[in-house]
Amino acid sequence: MANKSVWSDNRFWQRSAAWITGFAAVLLIWLTFDTMGQISMGNDADFKNGVTKRVPGPTVINYKITYEMSTKRGHEVPIIGGNDGQGMSLFQEKEKFFGRDDWSEEEAGALLHLGKLGSQTKNCMNCHTLLGNGAYYAPDLTKAWLDPAWGPEGSMQAMTGKDTKEEAMAEFLMHPSTYPTHARMMPDLGITADEAKGLVAFLKHMSSIDTNGFPRNFGKIQGAVHGK
Amino acid sequence: MASNHLTGIGSESRQLATWYFTFAAIIFGAQLLFGLVSAIQYVMPGFLFEILDFSVARMLHINALIVWMVFAMFGSVYWLLPDETGIETVGIKIGKLLYWVFVAAIVVVILVYLFIQVGPADEMSIWFIHEGREYIEAPRWADFGIVVVALGFVANLFLTGIKGNRSGIVTVLMADMIAFAGLYLCGMFFTDNISMDQYWWWWVIHLWVEATWEVFVGSLAAYGLIQMIGASRKVVEMWLWIEVAMLFGSGILGIGHHYFWIGTPEYWWEIGALFSALEPLPLVAMFIHVMYDWGKQQGKQAASGSEESVVNNKPAFVWFWMNAFGNFLGAGIWGFFHTLPQVNLYTHGTQFTSAHGHLAFFGAYATILIGMMYLAIQGTNGIKVLKNTKASIWAVSLLVGGMMGMTIALTIAGYVQVLVSRAQMGATWAAYFDGQSGMWFAQAMDWRLLMGGVMFIGFLLLIKDLVTTGKNPVHLR
Repeated sequence: MANKSVWSDNRFWQRSAAWITGFAAVLLIWLTFDTMGQISMGNDADFKNGVTKRVPGPTVINYKITYEMSTKRGHEVPIIGGNDGQGMSLFQEKEKFFGRDDWSEEEAGALLHLGKLGSQTKNCMNCHTLLGNGAYYAPDLTKAWLDPAWGPEGSMQAMTGKDTKEEAMAEFLMHPSTYPTHARMMPDLGITADEAKGLVAFLKHMSSIDTNGFPRNFGKIQGAVHGK
Repeated sequence: MASNHLTGIGSESRQLATWYFTFAAIIFGAQLLFGLVSAIQYVMPGFLFEILDFSVARMLHINALIVWMVFAMFGSVYWLLPDETGIETVGIKIGKLLYWVFVAAIVVVILVYLFIQVGPADEMSIWFIHEGREYIEAPRWADFGIVVVALGFVANLFLTGIKGNRSGIVTVLMADMIAFAGLYLCGMFFTDNISMDQYWWWWVIHLWVEATWEVFVGSLAAYGLIQMIGASRKVVEMWLWIEVAMLFGSGILGIGHHYFWIGTPEYWWEIGALFSALEPLPLVAMFIHVMYDWGKQQGKQAASGSEESVVNNKPAFVWFWMNAFGNFLGAGIWGFFHTLPQVNLYTHGTQFTSAHGHLAFFGAYATILIGMMYLAIQGTNGIKVLKNTKASIWAVSLLVGGMMGMTIALTIAGYVQVLVSRAQMGATWAAYFDGQSGMWFAQAMDWRLLMGGVMFIGFLLLIKDLVTTGKNPVHLR
């Protein structure tokens, strides 16, 4: 009579499970080391040296940010300080943020820190999505900074009566229910002027993160289709 | 097991399990209530505006979800340990103390969520109000409390497993629970870098619900099959090891499907797509396994000339069966719908995710944990054959039917969002609201609310059935 098959042996499957799990875990840890290197936050020197980081340093708030098609990568990428024509950032064109385009590394870092803290303590993620993650009760904030509604021609900027995008966003954040856009409103979360400034810096910084082309066609199509 | 002073339960571990199940059931109710509040707000945006805003209601909804499931999971382990190891759980007194610490911490956290809601943008808010990170919002002080409680639980499990008879099921649980507890640490830090933040946040969320929790479910299913239909331990445990290999083999690297768009490199597209596409396979296998063992046991019974059912706990078995199918449908099918990057580019962050989340959490976890509650009710009351009652049948029908209705409604809503807000209009603020005001979207939200109500009635019947089982003469003793 033939010996018992290994395929019906519990020890065999136990060992297989251990090896497969171990292999998957080691691969994940190895990839994590690589990813950590790629998503660690950049610094001000990167902009001066023309280095593109997936997550740029906080002083990105001194630059003009756009979201443009990269033919090389086949999707949109954040462009910081002007496009070289090939879908790469030039880090040259500046843009004033609350009246200044010379925020130092420390100042910009402090602003971003305050903004990130605010994004958590005000619970943004339980209505909005950030980088597409969170709740679905309010618009995605990944590229909110680049939303045409907040631009010079935009309805939101006009509504707040402010002259710049950042001031309009800060004003809205401080008094959201004063500026209802829809029946579904943002509640007053007691956001102070400083916190609002930090939150807008956080949003501007987030729009500069390389999200592999998410969301697609952001802000490119306005009123093309009637939603109903 | 000999009956003693613990009113027939037979062990302190089992008594502690019933405490865990009881609190879990209460929090399950809270989860449904806050879910209903959130669902009403989609339909009537002014409802409780600036009193109990959507963000707060939804935070309570999803935190209650995690809490009741963790409680029921701990309860399940304390319930099955004496059966599996043949001894009383080691360190059970500390286990009982930690239960009360856990309950007290949860109550404080809920009260703070409800009445303080938001704080200023500083570290104090993170430490004492909430961390504002979906699913693991618990403030930092509570994080440390949870770690202490989890360590105590893992210690109970390990010491008992080492001292007693360490079955295959217990071995899997030991490995799984240490990973489950350890992963929580990945969510306990603050960083200004949102990409880094979400990278590690997913280590907790994904490696819980798509890896360690799934293996946990596999262990419970194995235990349940032995208990309910007298399945062969050897067969069941072999299947369990195969499931562990398949679940961890696909699930661990399947985490890549959360790394498509958060700032992480492009290679996650391929890794995430490949491994997460494999994730449904073990879920199919688990369903086949339950059906196979059931057929095999019933067939044996038939061969011996008896037409009697081999199932000694009907409602529990219904819920375990619902788990096997619901896990496959909710986590497997609904997950696979949007797991490929080409699709996910448009579905990421829409009601599609919400549809999947609802059906997967319910199908994969709620079902089997309710099944475990029925096993505990049976054991606690010394019932030989626990039968279905009108209430148990209505409870399962309304809960499952309501959840399916809700999932279909959310899927349709997600479809509108994908087409209008994403593909056609490019995901701006205006695009978002154009999608939300679409007629299909609005009607889907009405249906979702209605179906949520259906679920709540099902929940009330479930509780009624659970609390009246002990005195119901219909069951064989």
